[in-house]
Amino acid sequence: MDLSQALQMVSRSDAGMVRSHNEDAVFTHAAMGLVILADGMGGYNAGEVASGMATTLLGSELEKAFQKTAPHQIDAAGKLHSHTVLEAEIARANTAIYQAAQSQPQYAGMGTTLVMALFYDNMMTVAHIGDSRLYRLRGEEFQAITRDHSLLQEQIDSGMITAEEARHSQNKNLVTRALGVDPTVEAEIRDYDTMPGDVYLLCSDGLNDMVEDEEIALTLQALSANLDLAATQLIQTANDSGGRDNVSVVLVRIAREYPAARSWWARLLQWFK
Amino acid sequence: MSAKLILSMDGLVLKEIPLTKERTSIGRKPHNDIQIDNLAISGEHSVIVTILNDSFLEDLNSTNGTYVNGQPIKKHFLQNNDVVELGKYKLKYLNETPTQTTAADFEKTMVLRPDLMKKTAEQTAAKAVSPSDTQVGMKALDTQAGMAKPAAAAPAPAAAPPVMGAIQVLTGANAGKELDLTKNLTTLGKPGVQVAVITRRPHGYFITHVEGANFPVVNGATLDAHPRELKDHDVIELVGVKMEFFIKA
Repeated sequence: MDLSQALQMVSRSDAGMVRSHNEDAVFTHAAMGLVILADGMGGYNAGEVASGMATTLLGSELEKAFQKTAPHQIDAAGKLHSHTVLEAEIARANTAIYQAAQSQPQYAGMGTTLVMALFYDNMMTVAHIGDSRLYRLRGEEFQAITRDHSLLQEQIDSGMITAEEARHSQNKNLVTRALGVDPTVEAEIRDYDTMPGDVYLLCSDGLNDMVEDEEIALTLQALSANLDLAATQLIQTANDSGGRDNVSVVLVRIAREYPAARSWWARLLQWFK
Repeated sequence: MSAKLILSMDGLVLKEIPLTKERTSIGRKPHNDIQIDNLAISGEHSVIVTILNDSFLEDLNSTNGTYVNGQPIKKHFLQNNDVVELGKYKLKYLNETPTQTTAADFEKTMVLRPDLMKKTAEQTAAKAVSPSDTQVGMKALDTQAGMAKPAAAAPAPAAAPPVMGAIQVLTGANAGKELDLTKNLTTLGKPGVQVAVITRRPHGYFITHVEGANFPVVNGATLDAHPRELKDHDVIELVGVKMEFFIKA
C-alpha cells in the first residue's frame, strides 16, 4: 500500500557550526510510511558508520519484510507484525554494528541512537534507543512522545534534578542505551494513533539541546503549511543558537487518513465485533 | 510608563493623578478615586478603565454629562492630550507611551476591546510583565484583517541581533499600525491565502514565502522560494497590503 499521498515527509541533516563532519543519518520512505533518524557516536568517522549502517540496514530490511506481510497483520503469536519485524530487525542491525565494531579496530566503540516511526493503518509504531526524540504537534499541543534513555532523564525521573535544572546540566550527552555497543539491545517500541493534521518531528539532540521546545513548537505551528521551510528553519535556529552538535530533523505531516486495506471477510468480521 | 490625568479648573492645575488602577472612578462622593466636590458633578460621574497602555472613559449616566474635547461622550477611548470636561473641571489625559492607534483605528478595533476590558486584573498584570505589550494591540490587527500575526515567542538566548526591526502597515484598514519584530519568527498574511514569515537572525531579518500561490513582493520585485534579507525601509507587499520594514534604534 502506497502511503505517499497520506504522508508528507521532509528531512534535513546538517553538521552544525562546530563539528567538522556529520555523524547523524536520516532515512525517509513516504510510500512505505517509514522514517528513521540515527545519531552516531565513536571516534574518527566511526559514528557516521554506525548511524549510516542503522538507517540503511533498517530501511532496506523493513521494506523487504513488509512487502511480504503488512505491518497491521496479527502474527500467530497474537502480536502485531510490525512489532515482530521491528524487534527482529533492530536486533539484527545491533548485531551488525556490534560485530563491525568488534572486528574493525577503527570502528571500536561505535554506536548510535535510533528513533524511528512506522506509519500504517491510521497509527504509528515508534521505536527508539537513546536520546534522539520524536515529538508530536497536534493542534496547539506540542509534546515529546519518546522519553530519552539518558542519565539526565533518569535523574529527572528519580527526582534528583528538575527539568529546568537539566537544561544546564553538563551530562546531556550520556545515553543509557545505544544501538551497536552491546551484543543485545532493547528498543522501546510503542504504538500511537495518528490524526490528519498531526505533524511529527524526529530530531537528534543537536536540535533539542540548542532550541527550546517552545521555540520548536512555535516554528512548527507557524510553518506547518510548508514542511521544507519548517525543517530548514529548525536547523537554522539550532545553528544560529550555536550549532554545537550535528543537527537533524525529519518532519512527517499526516495529510489524510490511511486505513490499511483489508480483505472483505476481515472487514465483515470487524463489522460484527 | 503609566498614563496620567491633570486636573485643572479655570486654567489652574489642581492635581496630577497617575492611572495605575484598572478602574479609576470620578465623582462627587468621597469613595471615588478622584473626588471632585462640586454640585455640578454627580455622585458617581464617570469611570476610567485602564488596560495596559489603553484607557477608556465611560460616563456613568451623570446629570451634566462627560465631555471629551468639547463633545459629549458615553464611552471614549482616551488618546494622548484628550481633555475631559466635567462641569467646570478639566482633566487632561497624558499618555507618553507612543501609540500608533489613531481615533479612526479605534472604531474598527472596537470588536476586540470589550473582550479586553473583561480581562481580569490578574491577566492584565500577567500581560504587563511580558515583554510583548504590543501583542495585545496587534491581536486586534490580526483579527481584523488577518495581517501581522505574531507567531513565535522566546527570543533566542545568545543570538539576539543588536538591532530591532519593525513593520509598519502602509495601506489598507490597518494603515499606520506598527509591529515590533521581537520574535524569531513572525508570520504575516492570511493562512490559506498567502503567508510569509520574517525570521530574526543574529545578522539581520529575512523574509521567506511560506504558502499561497502568490509570493511576497519586496520593493517591487517578487521573491522566489529563498529568504531575502530585509533592509531598512524595504517595502513589502502581501495580500494586497503594503508595509514597510524599518530598523528601530
